[in-house]
Amino acid sequence: MKEAILRVKKLKTYFFTRRGIVKAVDGVDFELLKSECLCLVGESGCGKTVTALSILGLIDKPLGRVVDGEIYYNNVNLLTCPRDQLGHIRGKEIAMVFQDAQSALNPVFTIGDQIVEQVKLHLELNDREAKERAISLLEEVGIPSPEKSVNYYPHQLSGGMKQRAMIAMSLSCDPQVLIADEPTTAVDVTIKAQILDIFHRLKNTRQMSLLFITHELGVVSEIGDRIVVMYAGRLVETATVSELLTNPIFQHPYTASLIKCLPDITQERDRLESIPGTVPSLIEPPTGCLFHPRCAKAMAICRKEKPSSVTVTKGHTVFCHLYS
Amino acid sequence: MNHKLLEVKDLKKYYPVTGGLLSRHLGDVKAVDGVSFYINEGETLGLVGESGCGKSTLGRTILRLEEPTEGKIIYSGTDITKLGKKGLRELRKEIQIIFQDPQSSLDPRMTVDQSLGEPLLIHGMKDDRKRAKRVVEILERVGLEAQHALRYPHEFSSGQRQRIGIGRALTVNPKLIIADEPVSALDVSIQAQILNLMLDLREEFGLAYLFIAHDLSVIRQVSHRVAVMYLGKVVELAERNEIFENGLHPYTEALLSAIPGIRQKKKTRILLPGSVPSPLNPPSGCHFHPRCHRVLPVCYEEEPSLKDVGGGHLVACHLY
Repeated sequence: MKEAILRVKKLKTYFFTRRGIVKAVDGVDFELLKSECLCLVGESGCGKTVTALSILGLIDKPLGRVVDGEIYYNNVNLLTCPRDQLGHIRGKEIAMVFQDAQSALNPVFTIGDQIVEQVKLHLELNDREAKERAISLLEEVGIPSPEKSVNYYPHQLSGGMKQRAMIAMSLSCDPQVLIADEPTTAVDVTIKAQILDIFHRLKNTRQMSLLFITHELGVVSEIGDRIVVMYAGRLVETATVSELLTNPIFQHPYTASLIKCLPDITQERDRLESIPGTVPSLIEPPTGCLFHPRCAKAMAICRKEKPSSVTVTKGHTVFCHLYS
Repeated sequence: MNHKLLEVKDLKKYYPVTGGLLSRHLGDVKAVDGVSFYINEGETLGLVGESGCGKSTLGRTILRLEEPTEGKIIYSGTDITKLGKKGLRELRKEIQIIFQDPQSSLDPRMTVDQSLGEPLLIHGMKDDRKRAKRVVEILERVGLEAQHALRYPHEFSSGQRQRIGIGRALTVNPKLIIADEPVSALDVSIQAQILNLMLDLREEFGLAYLFIAHDLSVIRQVSHRVAVMYLGKVVELAERNEIFENGLHPYTEALLSAIPGIRQKKKTRILLPGSVPSPLNPPSGCHFHPRCHRVLPVCYEEEPSLKDVGGGHLVACHLY
């Protein structure tokens, strides 16, 4: 068993709004192992991004707050460590690639400047060395003629190239952990294939640990080692990707329906299976299991009690009363 | 079934680019550049391509939301490119559109019954009670309830809003609906609900769809025939199964291989280098040649035309 590099324990991140408390992340546990790719999967609003932002201490205060839980990077608790220690870890040890490269890059600085800024903040390099580093990073992510591109402003790059520049920036200080928040969502299929290819290469050459946030199960099967499925701020299922996608006996009903409602490219069906209803409100969530109003297999107990984790096979846990 | 409802002939939509002193004409963005196809009654034509390939412009031009630069659009025997204001109003009873983003395509200051009632009013249903009845009828048909009629768009989830968008298109009993990426802004579980709804409606009302999407698996689910667009041109058009099992154009091959899927076996992926070139200054010859993995010398010089390679399978490529 590989060692865990990042451990999230009972994380609760709430947002205190005028309309009530939004329990965006409500008791989430998982471990990211060394040099694995862990995929965090769920529909929009299920708390994937908030989990990532909580890890990096980027939750907007005072509206949002991590109210409970622990996040350990190696043996440092990121929630209680001093600010300057967190500042040292963030960007250097744990880096993040944001979903929308367009709005994550600063439009008034060249991409070279933006990479150099980060490099000089964390590493002791002079201007020339930092710039050389920026160029070699751009080359690593496959940006053509990096010596020229380093002086481009974000608007001079296409969507796929901006996403690459973001990835290059996140790699600038050789992070141990890379959090990628939907890096393939805002781009076209052919560009998506290129970006996935880069992550594949990075995983193999750099031995990084990757926390990959996505809502697409297809992408998960391409890149993931293990998968964590979330629903309405809580965990639903944790398993290895191969087990989850090939062993439907122990799937959580939510995961099973998510897989079934994907249109299939390899064959046609008359109708798609769909999940009735919509994701519940996080201000007034249903009682018991949050999925029970939409679940085809719901039982009486699901309405009353919150399911606890059940280990069905080694490394595969399901939060569902069906298996307890 | 085999009655042509809509036929598009060599349709072009150019946007002139001006600049410099005296706003000289510098060139054209050829968003749609000589596209021809037809749609039969009750048939769904899937239109697929990457962003910027002109698929939305094509959809909007058919509805005359954009004025075509050249070419013919024949709906039920009449060329609609020449229609005046009155004729257009009649046309839009027949052809309707569903937009990608239900958030921005509904007026936030109009209640649902106002949004749905407006097309009825425009098309001559002046009786308030009749209109209200029709709105409720439509709402129930698209899976909402009568009580939703008095609410505003912000009170709905995005899936429900897309149902309202579909409902609004249905109110005037159209024969053809242009669906411009109707599910791409939705979550998978909601996407399946909306796709099923659209398939049911097709059956019930005998609708024809021009279904625009970038997601090939969605296209496969709904279409009878599929057209693949690249940089303003149709590069391949065939029956659904022909495209998915025997796609000929190298671009179609690459698109199919690029889809990450959980059900198919690991396959060799064709990685396309670069991105879609600018339609202002497209590459010479075949527009796809700089990214093509099966490029021939002739591709640099000559533009391939759309040819029938048998059984109605059209492809624009020098390989065939």
